[in-house]
Amino acid sequence: MTFQANTRDIISIASLSKDEILRILVLAENLKKVPQPHLLAGTILGSCFFEPSTRTRLSFESAMHRLGGKVIGFSDASTTSTSKHEKLSDTIKIISQYVDVIVMRHPLEGSARRAAESTEIPVINGGDGTNQHPTQTLLDLFTIKECQGSLENLKIAMVGDLKNGRTVHSLAQACALFNTRLYFVSPKGLEMPQHILDDLIQMGARFSFHTAIEDVIDKVDILYMTRVQEERFTDKTEYQRLKDSFILTLDLLQRSKKENLRVMHPFPRVNEISRDIDSTPYAYYFQQARNGLFVRQAVLGIALGRLS
Amino acid sequence: MTKSNSKKALLVAEIQSGTIIDHIPAGRAVKIIDLLLPPSAKNELTIGLNLASSKMSTKDIIKIHHRELSEEEANQVAIFASSATISIIRDHQLVKKFKVKIPETVSLSALRCLNPSCITNHEPMRTFFRVIKQKDGIKLHCEYCEKTFSQNEINALKVT
Repeated sequence: MTFQANTRDIISIASLSKDEILRILVLAENLKKVPQPHLLAGTILGSCFFEPSTRTRLSFESAMHRLGGKVIGFSDASTTSTSKHEKLSDTIKIISQYVDVIVMRHPLEGSARRAAESTEIPVINGGDGTNQHPTQTLLDLFTIKECQGSLENLKIAMVGDLKNGRTVHSLAQACALFNTRLYFVSPKGLEMPQHILDDLIQMGARFSFHTAIEDVIDKVDILYMTRVQEERFTDKTEYQRLKDSFILTLDLLQRSKKENLRVMHPFPRVNEISRDIDSTPYAYYFQQARNGLFVRQAVLGIALGRLS
Repeated sequence: MTKSNSKKALLVAEIQSGTIIDHIPAGRAVKIIDLLLPPSAKNELTIGLNLASSKMSTKDIIKIHHRELSEEEANQVAIFASSATISIIRDHQLVKKFKVKIPETVSLSALRCLNPSCITNHEPMRTFFRVIKQKDGIKLHCEYCEKTFSQNEINALKVT
Protein backbone atom coordinates (compact mmCIF):
# COMPACT_ATOMS: atom_id res chain seq x y z
CA MET A 1 0.00 0.00 0.00
CA THR A 2 1.32 3.43 -0.82
CA PHE A 3 0.37 6.70 0.79
CA GLN A 4 -1.73 9.35 -0.84
CA ALA A 5 -0.08 12.09 -2.87
CA ASN A 6 3.21 13.43 -1.59
CA THR A 7 2.37 14.54 1.91
CA ARG A 8 0.66 13.04 4.88
CA ASP A 9 -0.27 14.14 8.32
CA ILE A 10 0.30 11.69 11.17
CA ILE A 11 -2.18 12.77 13.82
CA SER A 12 -3.63 9.70 15.45
CA ILE A 13 -2.83 5.99 15.50
CA ALA A 14 -6.57 5.43 15.03
CA SER A 15 -6.29 6.99 11.56
CA LEU A 16 -3.70 4.47 10.38
CA SER A 17 -4.76 1.14 8.92
CA LYS A 18 -2.97 -2.08 9.78
CA ASP A 19 -1.32 -2.07 6.33
CA GLU A 20 -0.12 1.50 6.78
CA ILE A 21 1.34 0.70 10.19
CA LEU A 22 3.17 -2.31 8.81
CA ARG A 23 4.49 -0.27 5.90
CA ILE A 24 5.90 2.37 8.28
CA LEU A 25 7.61 -0.38 10.28
CA VAL A 26 9.17 -1.87 7.15
CA LEU A 27 10.48 1.54 6.09
CA ALA A 28 11.88 2.11 9.59
CA GLU A 29 13.60 -1.27 9.49
CA ASN A 30 15.17 -0.44 6.13
CA LEU A 31 16.41 2.91 7.45
CA LYS A 32 17.88 1.19 10.49
CA LYS A 33 19.81 -1.24 8.32
CA VAL A 34 20.79 1.19 5.56
CA PRO A 35 21.00 4.83 6.63
CA GLN A 36 20.00 7.42 4.03
CA PRO A 37 21.90 10.57 5.01
CA HIS A 38 20.64 12.62 2.06
CA LEU A 39 17.02 11.50 1.87
CA LEU A 40 15.59 14.78 3.15
CA ALA A 41 18.29 17.14 1.91
CA GLY A 42 16.89 20.58 1.17
CA THR A 43 13.98 20.29 3.58
CA ILE A 44 13.38 21.94 6.93
CA LEU A 45 11.53 20.57 9.94
CA GLY A 46 9.60 22.97 12.17
CA SER A 47 10.02 21.52 15.65
CA CYS A 48 7.11 23.14 17.51
CA PHE A 49 7.02 22.03 21.12
CA PHE A 50 4.51 24.12 23.01
CA GLU A 51 5.24 22.08 26.12
CA PRO A 52 8.50 20.48 27.24
CA SER A 53 9.80 17.25 25.81
CA THR A 54 13.26 15.80 25.77
CA ARG A 55 13.07 12.39 24.17
CA THR A 56 10.47 13.05 21.48
CA ARG A 57 11.91 16.38 20.44
CA LEU A 58 15.53 15.27 20.35
CA SER A 59 14.56 12.06 18.60
CA PHE A 60 12.72 13.91 15.82
CA GLU A 61 15.46 16.49 15.46
CA SER A 62 18.14 13.84 15.32
CA ALA A 63 16.07 11.88 12.80
CA MET A 64 15.82 14.94 10.56
CA HIS A 65 19.51 15.79 10.80
CA ARG A 66 20.54 12.21 10.04
CA LEU A 67 18.44 12.27 6.88
CA GLY A 68 20.17 15.41 5.67
CA GLY A 69 17.43 17.85 6.58
CA LYS A 70 17.57 20.89 8.82
CA VAL A 71 15.62 21.86 11.93
CA ILE A 72 14.29 25.11 13.30
CA GLY A 73 11.83 25.53 16.12
CA PHE A 74 11.12 26.07 19.76
CA SER A 75 10.69 24.03 22.92
CA ASP A 76 8.71 26.42 25.08
CA ALA A 77 5.46 28.19 24.20
CA SER A 78 6.40 31.21 26.29
CA THR A 79 8.95 32.19 23.67
CA THR A 80 6.34 32.25 20.91
CA SER A 81 3.42 34.45 19.98
CA THR A 82 1.22 32.09 21.98
CA SER A 83 2.23 34.28 24.90
CA LYS A 84 0.60 37.16 23.01
CA HIS A 85 -2.61 35.10 22.78
CA GLU A 86 -2.14 34.25 19.12
CA LYS A 87 -4.40 31.40 18.12
CA LEU A 88 -2.82 28.09 17.24
CA SER A 89 -4.17 28.14 13.70
CA ASP A 90 -2.46 31.48 13.02
CA THR A 91 0.80 30.31 14.59
CA ILE A 92 0.84 27.24 12.38
CA LYS A 93 -0.06 29.21 9.25
CA ILE A 94 2.88 31.52 9.82
CA ILE A 95 5.39 28.80 10.71
CA SER A 96 4.29 26.94 7.56
CA GLN A 97 5.74 29.75 5.49
CA TYR A 98 9.23 28.82 6.70
CA VAL A 99 9.34 25.02 6.91
CA ASP A 100 8.38 21.92 4.95
CA VAL A 101 7.01 19.73 7.75
CA ILE A 102 5.89 20.39 11.31
CA VAL A 103 6.24 18.19 14.36
CA MET A 104 4.36 19.51 17.33
CA ARG A 105 3.60 18.78 20.93
CA HIS A 106 0.85 20.82 22.54
CA PRO A 107 -1.01 20.57 25.85
CA LEU A 108 -4.51 20.67 24.33
CA GLU A 109 -6.20 17.61 22.91
CA GLY A 110 -7.05 17.91 19.24
CA SER A 111 -4.39 20.57 18.71
CA ALA A 112 -2.49 18.49 16.16
CA ARG A 113 -5.63 17.99 14.08
CA ARG A 114 -6.36 21.69 14.28
CA ALA A 115 -2.81 22.41 13.15
CA ALA A 116 -3.13 19.98 10.24
CA GLU A 117 -6.29 21.74 9.11
CA SER A 118 -4.52 25.08 9.23
CA THR A 119 -1.76 24.28 6.77
CA GLU A 120 -1.05 22.48 3.54
CA ILE A 121 2.28 21.16 4.80
CA PRO A 122 2.32 17.86 6.71
CA VAL A 123 1.88 17.87 10.47
CA ILE A 124 3.14 15.10 12.73
CA ASN A 125 1.63 14.84 16.18
CA GLY A 126 4.32 14.60 18.86
CA GLY A 127 1.71 14.46 21.60
CA ASP A 128 -1.52 16.40 22.07
CA GLY A 129 -2.44 16.58 25.74
CA THR A 130 -3.60 13.23 27.07
CA ASN A 131 -4.87 12.18 23.63
CA GLN A 132 -2.46 10.74 21.08
CA HIS A 133 1.25 10.22 20.61
CA PRO A 134 1.24 8.14 17.43
CA THR A 135 4.98 7.91 16.83
CA GLN A 136 5.43 6.49 20.34
CA THR A 137 2.96 3.75 19.46
CA LEU A 138 4.72 3.13 16.16
CA LEU A 139 8.12 2.81 17.82
CA ASP A 140 6.60 0.53 20.45
CA LEU A 141 5.21 -1.72 17.71
CA PHE A 142 8.52 -1.63 15.85
CA THR A 143 10.32 -2.67 19.01
CA ILE A 144 7.89 -5.49 19.75
CA LYS A 145 8.24 -6.78 16.19
CA GLU A 146 12.01 -6.53 16.38
CA CYS A 147 12.41 -8.50 19.60
CA GLN A 148 9.61 -11.01 18.98
CA GLY A 149 10.00 -11.52 15.24
CA SER A 150 6.36 -10.74 14.58
CA LEU A 151 3.44 -8.69 15.86
CA GLU A 152 0.81 -11.40 15.44
CA ASN A 153 -0.75 -13.40 18.27
CA LEU A 154 1.50 -12.15 21.05
CA LYS A 155 0.73 -11.93 24.74
CA ILE A 156 1.42 -8.49 26.14
CA ALA A 157 0.98 -7.20 29.70
CA MET A 158 0.60 -3.48 30.32
CA VAL A 159 1.50 -2.58 33.88
CA GLY A 160 1.06 0.49 36.05
CA ASP A 161 -1.08 3.59 35.56
CA LEU A 162 -3.30 2.47 32.72
CA LYS A 163 -5.92 5.15 33.35
CA ASN A 164 -3.79 8.18 32.59
CA GLY A 165 -1.14 6.80 30.28
CA ARG A 166 -1.77 7.82 26.69
CA THR A 167 0.98 5.47 25.50
CA VAL A 168 -0.80 2.37 26.81
CA HIS A 169 -4.14 3.57 25.45
CA SER A 170 -2.78 3.92 21.92
CA LEU A 171 -0.66 0.78 22.15
CA ALA A 172 -3.62 -1.32 23.31
CA GLN A 173 -5.72 -0.06 20.39
CA ALA A 174 -2.91 -0.78 17.94
CA CYS A 175 -2.19 -4.24 19.38
CA ALA A 176 -5.83 -5.15 18.85
CA LEU A 177 -5.12 -5.06 15.11
CA PHE A 178 -2.68 -7.95 15.53
CA ASN A 179 -4.77 -10.40 17.57
CA THR A 180 -2.79 -9.66 20.73
CA ARG A 181 -3.90 -11.17 24.02
CA LEU A 182 -3.69 -8.26 26.46
CA TYR A 183 -3.21 -8.41 30.22
CA PHE A 184 -3.92 -5.20 32.14
CA VAL A 185 -2.11 -5.03 35.47
CA SER A 186 -2.91 -1.96 37.51
CA PRO A 187 -3.86 -0.67 40.96
CA LYS A 188 -7.54 -0.22 41.72
CA GLY A 189 -8.60 3.14 40.40
CA LEU A 190 -5.98 3.25 37.67
CA GLU A 191 -7.51 0.68 35.35
CA MET A 192 -7.67 1.06 31.56
CA PRO A 193 -10.53 3.51 30.86
CA GLN A 194 -13.87 2.24 29.67
CA HIS A 195 -13.74 4.07 26.32
CA ILE A 196 -10.54 2.18 25.45
CA LEU A 197 -12.12 -1.09 26.57
CA ASP A 198 -15.15 -0.32 24.40
CA ASP A 199 -12.85 0.16 21.40
CA LEU A 200 -11.05 -3.09 22.16
CA ILE A 201 -14.31 -5.00 22.45
CA GLN A 202 -15.47 -3.60 19.14
CA MET A 203 -12.19 -4.72 17.58
CA GLY A 204 -12.62 -8.23 18.99
CA ALA A 205 -9.58 -7.99 21.28
CA ARG A 206 -9.11 -10.36 24.22
CA PHE A 207 -8.04 -8.89 27.54
CA SER A 208 -8.14 -9.50 31.26
CA PHE A 209 -7.54 -7.52 34.43
CA HIS A 210 -4.98 -8.25 37.13
CA THR A 211 -3.62 -6.64 40.25
CA ALA A 212 -0.15 -8.15 40.42
CA ILE A 213 2.64 -8.77 37.95
CA GLU A 214 3.03 -12.27 39.44
CA ASP A 215 -0.35 -13.18 37.92
CA VAL A 216 0.91 -12.78 34.36
CA ILE A 217 4.70 -13.16 34.44
CA ASP A 218 4.75 -16.73 33.16
CA LYS A 219 2.27 -16.03 30.35
CA VAL A 220 3.54 -13.00 28.46
CA ASP A 221 6.01 -12.19 25.72
CA ILE A 222 6.20 -8.48 26.54
CA LEU A 223 5.94 -6.66 29.86
CA TYR A 224 5.16 -3.03 29.06
CA MET A 225 5.87 -1.14 32.27
CA THR A 226 4.61 2.34 33.12
CA ARG A 227 5.07 4.48 36.18
CA VAL A 228 2.55 4.41 39.04
CA GLN A 229 2.49 8.06 39.88
CA GLU A 230 2.06 9.08 43.49
CA GLU A 231 0.36 12.31 42.42
CA ARG A 232 -2.58 10.33 40.97
CA PHE A 233 -3.51 8.91 44.36
CA THR A 234 -5.82 11.01 46.52
CA ASP A 235 -5.30 8.50 49.33
CA LYS A 236 -1.56 8.49 50.04
CA THR A 237 -1.74 5.48 52.34
CA GLU A 238 -3.28 3.57 49.45
CA TYR A 239 -0.32 4.58 47.28
CA GLN A 240 2.08 3.42 49.99
CA ARG A 241 0.27 0.09 50.13
CA LEU A 242 0.31 -0.37 46.36
CA LYS A 243 3.49 1.22 45.13
CA ASP A 244 5.65 -1.86 45.51
CA SER A 245 3.10 -4.13 43.84
CA PHE A 246 4.14 -2.80 40.50
CA ILE A 247 7.88 -2.86 40.79
CA LEU A 248 9.51 -5.31 38.46
CA THR A 249 12.44 -7.15 40.01
CA LEU A 250 14.92 -9.56 38.50
CA ASP A 251 13.65 -12.33 40.81
CA LEU A 252 10.16 -11.83 39.46
CA LEU A 253 11.35 -11.87 35.86
CA GLN A 254 13.25 -15.08 36.39
CA ARG A 255 10.05 -16.88 37.29
CA SER A 256 9.15 -16.80 33.62
CA LYS A 257 10.21 -19.76 31.53
CA LYS A 258 9.81 -17.79 28.31
CA GLU A 259 13.19 -16.99 26.76
CA ASN A 260 11.64 -14.38 24.51
CA LEU A 261 10.25 -12.32 27.39
CA ARG A 262 11.25 -8.68 27.06
CA VAL A 263 10.59 -5.58 29.19
CA MET A 264 9.66 -2.25 27.63
CA HIS A 265 9.01 1.19 29.14
CA PRO A 266 8.20 4.52 27.44
CA PHE A 267 10.22 6.45 30.06
CA PRO A 268 10.69 8.43 32.21
CA ARG A 269 10.94 5.71 34.84
CA VAL A 270 11.26 6.10 38.58
CA ASN A 271 11.56 2.85 40.51
CA GLU A 272 9.17 0.52 38.68
CA ILE A 273 11.99 -1.37 36.98
CA SER A 274 14.77 -2.58 39.24
CA ARG A 275 18.11 -1.29 37.95
CA ASP A 276 19.73 -4.72 37.99
CA ILE A 277 17.46 -5.64 35.07
CA ASP A 278 19.12 -3.06 32.81
CA SER A 279 22.10 -5.25 31.96
CA THR A 280 20.08 -8.43 31.34
CA PRO A 281 18.63 -9.65 28.01
CA TYR A 282 15.15 -8.96 29.37
CA ALA A 283 15.71 -5.19 29.20
CA TYR A 284 14.69 -3.81 25.85
CA TYR A 285 13.78 -0.24 26.83
CA PHE A 286 16.96 1.43 25.68
CA GLN A 287 16.68 -0.25 22.28
CA GLN A 288 13.06 0.94 22.34
CA ALA A 289 14.19 4.54 22.77
CA ARG A 290 16.73 4.18 19.97
CA ASN A 291 14.11 2.73 17.65
CA GLY A 292 12.27 6.02 17.96
CA LEU A 293 14.95 7.48 15.72
CA PHE A 294 14.26 5.11 12.83
CA VAL A 295 10.49 5.19 13.13
CA ARG A 296 10.53 8.99 13.13
CA GLN A 297 12.83 8.97 10.13
CA ALA A 298 10.30 6.81 8.32
CA VAL A 299 7.43 9.09 9.33
CA LEU A 300 9.32 12.19 8.19
CA GLY A 301 10.22 10.54 4.89
CA ILE A 302 6.60 9.62 4.23
CA ALA A 303 5.33 13.03 5.28
CA LEU A 304 7.68 14.74 2.84
CA GLY A 305 6.90 12.35 0.03
CA ARG A 306 10.43 10.96 -0.17
CA LEU A 307 9.31 7.47 0.97
CA SER A 308 6.18 5.59 0.03
CA MET B 1 -63.25 21.37 16.60
CA THR B 2 -63.29 19.04 19.63
CA LYS B 3 -62.79 20.33 23.19
CA SER B 4 -59.33 18.66 23.41
CA ASN B 5 -58.28 20.13 20.06
CA SER B 6 -59.38 23.62 21.03
CA LYS B 7 -57.45 23.27 24.30
CA LYS B 8 -54.37 22.28 22.29
CA ALA B 9 -54.82 25.24 19.97
CA LEU B 10 -54.91 27.61 22.95
CA LEU B 11 -51.66 26.15 24.31
CA VAL B 12 -49.60 26.49 21.12
CA ALA B 13 -50.82 28.70 18.31
CA GLU B 14 -50.83 27.61 14.69
CA ILE B 15 -48.33 29.05 12.27
CA GLN B 16 -49.04 30.35 8.79
CA SER B 17 -45.73 29.25 7.32
CA GLY B 18 -42.59 27.78 8.75
CA THR B 19 -41.43 24.66 10.56
CA ILE B 20 -42.87 22.71 13.45
CA ILE B 21 -40.54 20.51 15.48
CA ASP B 22 -42.79 18.15 17.42
CA HIS B 23 -42.26 15.23 19.82
CA ILE B 24 -39.25 16.73 21.51
CA PRO B 25 -38.62 15.08 24.91
CA ALA B 26 -39.72 17.49 27.59
CA GLY B 27 -36.99 19.83 28.71
CA ARG B 28 -34.92 19.85 25.53
CA ALA B 29 -36.61 22.53 23.42
CA VAL B 30 -34.51 25.37 24.73
CA LYS B 31 -31.30 23.49 23.95
CA ILE B 32 -32.51 22.76 20.43
CA ILE B 33 -33.35 26.41 19.91
CA ASP B 34 -29.87 27.41 21.07
CA LEU B 35 -28.37 24.81 18.76
CA LEU B 36 -30.27 25.67 15.61
CA LEU B 37 -31.32 29.25 15.98
CA PRO B 38 -28.72 31.66 17.32
CA PRO B 39 -30.10 34.93 18.77
CA SER B 40 -28.66 36.84 15.83
CA ALA B 41 -31.08 35.03 13.51
CA LYS B 42 -34.03 36.76 15.26
CA ASN B 43 -36.47 34.02 14.29
CA GLU B 44 -40.06 34.36 15.45
CA LEU B 45 -40.75 31.35 17.62
CA THR B 46 -43.65 29.81 19.45
CA ILE B 47 -42.70 27.25 22.07
CA GLY B 48 -44.65 24.75 24.09
CA LEU B 49 -42.98 23.13 27.07
CA ASN B 50 -44.03 20.06 29.05
CA LEU B 51 -47.17 19.48 27.01
CA ALA B 52 -49.22 16.34 27.40
CA SER B 53 -48.60 13.87 24.59
CA SER B 54 -50.30 10.65 23.64
CA LYS B 55 -46.99 9.30 22.30
CA MET B 56 -44.54 10.30 25.00
CA SER B 57 -46.26 11.40 28.25
CA THR B 58 -44.85 14.93 28.03
CA LYS B 59 -43.16 16.76 25.21
CA ASP B 60 -41.89 20.10 24.04
CA ILE B 61 -42.77 21.64 20.69
CA ILE B 62 -41.13 24.43 18.70
CA LYS B 63 -42.77 26.39 15.91
CA ILE B 64 -40.45 28.50 13.80
CA HIS B 65 -42.33 31.13 11.86
CA HIS B 66 -41.34 31.95 8.28
CA ARG B 67 -38.39 29.61 8.12
CA GLU B 68 -38.22 26.16 6.60
CA LEU B 69 -35.52 23.96 8.04
CA SER B 70 -33.73 21.76 5.56
CA GLU B 71 -33.52 18.05 6.26
CA GLU B 72 -29.85 18.45 7.07
CA GLU B 73 -30.56 21.19 9.59
CA ALA B 74 -33.48 19.27 11.03
CA ASN B 75 -31.42 16.12 11.48
CA GLN B 76 -29.06 17.95 13.82
CA VAL B 77 -32.04 17.99 16.22
CA ALA B 78 -31.85 14.21 16.41
CA ILE B 79 -28.90 14.23 18.78
CA PHE B 80 -31.15 15.71 21.46
CA ALA B 81 -34.49 14.46 20.19
CA SER B 82 -34.24 11.33 18.09
CA SER B 83 -38.03 10.93 18.11
CA ALA B 84 -38.77 14.43 16.79
CA THR B 85 -40.94 14.99 13.74
CA ILE B 86 -40.63 17.92 11.38
CA SER B 87 -43.60 19.50 9.63
CA ILE B 88 -43.13 22.15 6.95
CA ILE B 89 -46.11 24.51 6.72
CA ARG B 90 -46.95 26.89 3.86
CA ASP B 91 -50.07 29.08 3.97
CA HIS B 92 -51.49 26.95 6.77
CA GLN B 93 -51.05 23.79 4.70
CA LEU B 94 -48.81 20.90 5.65
CA VAL B 95 -46.52 20.40 2.64
CA LYS B 96 -43.95 18.02 4.09
CA LYS B 97 -43.60 15.89 7.21
CA PHE B 98 -40.73 13.66 8.21
CA LYS B 99 -39.06 12.09 11.20
CA VAL B 100 -35.56 13.32 11.99
CA LYS B 101 -32.77 10.94 11.14
CA ILE B 102 -29.68 10.66 13.27
CA PRO B 103 -26.87 12.19 11.18
CA GLU B 104 -23.46 10.61 10.66
CA THR B 105 -21.70 13.77 11.87
CA VAL B 106 -22.57 16.94 13.72
CA SER B 107 -20.65 20.15 13.19
CA LEU B 108 -22.16 23.22 14.76
CA SER B 109 -20.27 26.12 16.24
CA ALA B 110 -22.98 26.37 18.89
CA LEU B 111 -22.33 22.86 20.21
CA ARG B 112 -19.25 22.76 22.40
CA CYS B 113 -17.17 19.76 23.42
CA LEU B 114 -17.49 18.66 27.06
CA ASN B 115 -13.74 18.22 27.37
CA PRO B 116 -12.34 21.50 28.71
CA SER B 117 -8.92 20.61 27.32
CA CYS B 118 -10.23 20.13 23.79
CA ILE B 119 -8.74 22.63 21.34
CA THR B 120 -12.26 23.47 20.19
CA ASN B 121 -12.83 25.21 23.51
CA HIS B 122 -9.75 27.39 23.03
CA GLU B 123 -9.94 28.46 19.38
CA PRO B 124 -12.67 30.20 17.38
CA MET B 125 -13.74 27.07 15.48
CA ARG B 126 -16.58 24.64 14.97
CA THR B 127 -16.70 21.33 16.73
CA PHE B 128 -16.94 18.13 14.74
CA PHE B 129 -18.56 15.06 16.24
CA ARG B 130 -19.00 11.64 14.69
CA VAL B 131 -22.28 10.07 15.75
CA ILE B 132 -22.12 6.50 17.04
CA LYS B 133 -25.53 4.87 16.90
CA GLN B 134 -26.42 2.36 19.57
CA LYS B 135 -29.56 0.46 20.55
CA ASP B 136 -30.25 2.66 23.55
CA GLY B 137 -29.31 6.03 22.08
CA ILE B 138 -26.29 7.63 20.54
CA LYS B 139 -22.77 8.61 21.51
CA LEU B 140 -20.85 11.54 20.13
CA HIS B 141 -17.16 11.16 19.35
CA CYS B 142 -15.21 14.42 19.14
CA GLU B 143 -12.92 14.14 16.12
CA TYR B 144 -10.50 16.60 17.68
CA CYS B 145 -9.88 15.38 21.23
CA GLU B 146 -11.11 11.84 20.38
CA LYS B 147 -13.22 11.63 23.52
CA THR B 148 -16.61 9.94 23.29
CA PHE B 149 -19.68 11.20 25.15
CA SER B 150 -22.70 9.15 26.26
CA GLN B 151 -26.34 10.13 25.75
CA ASN B 152 -26.52 11.56 29.28
CA GLU B 153 -23.41 13.60 28.65
CA ILE B 154 -24.78 14.71 25.28
CA ASN B 155 -27.89 16.00 26.99
CA ALA B 156 -25.60 18.06 29.22
CA LEU B 157 -23.54 19.38 26.27
CA LYS B 158 -23.04 23.12 26.36
CA VAL B 159 -24.72 25.12 23.64
CA THR B 160 -23.44 28.68 23.25
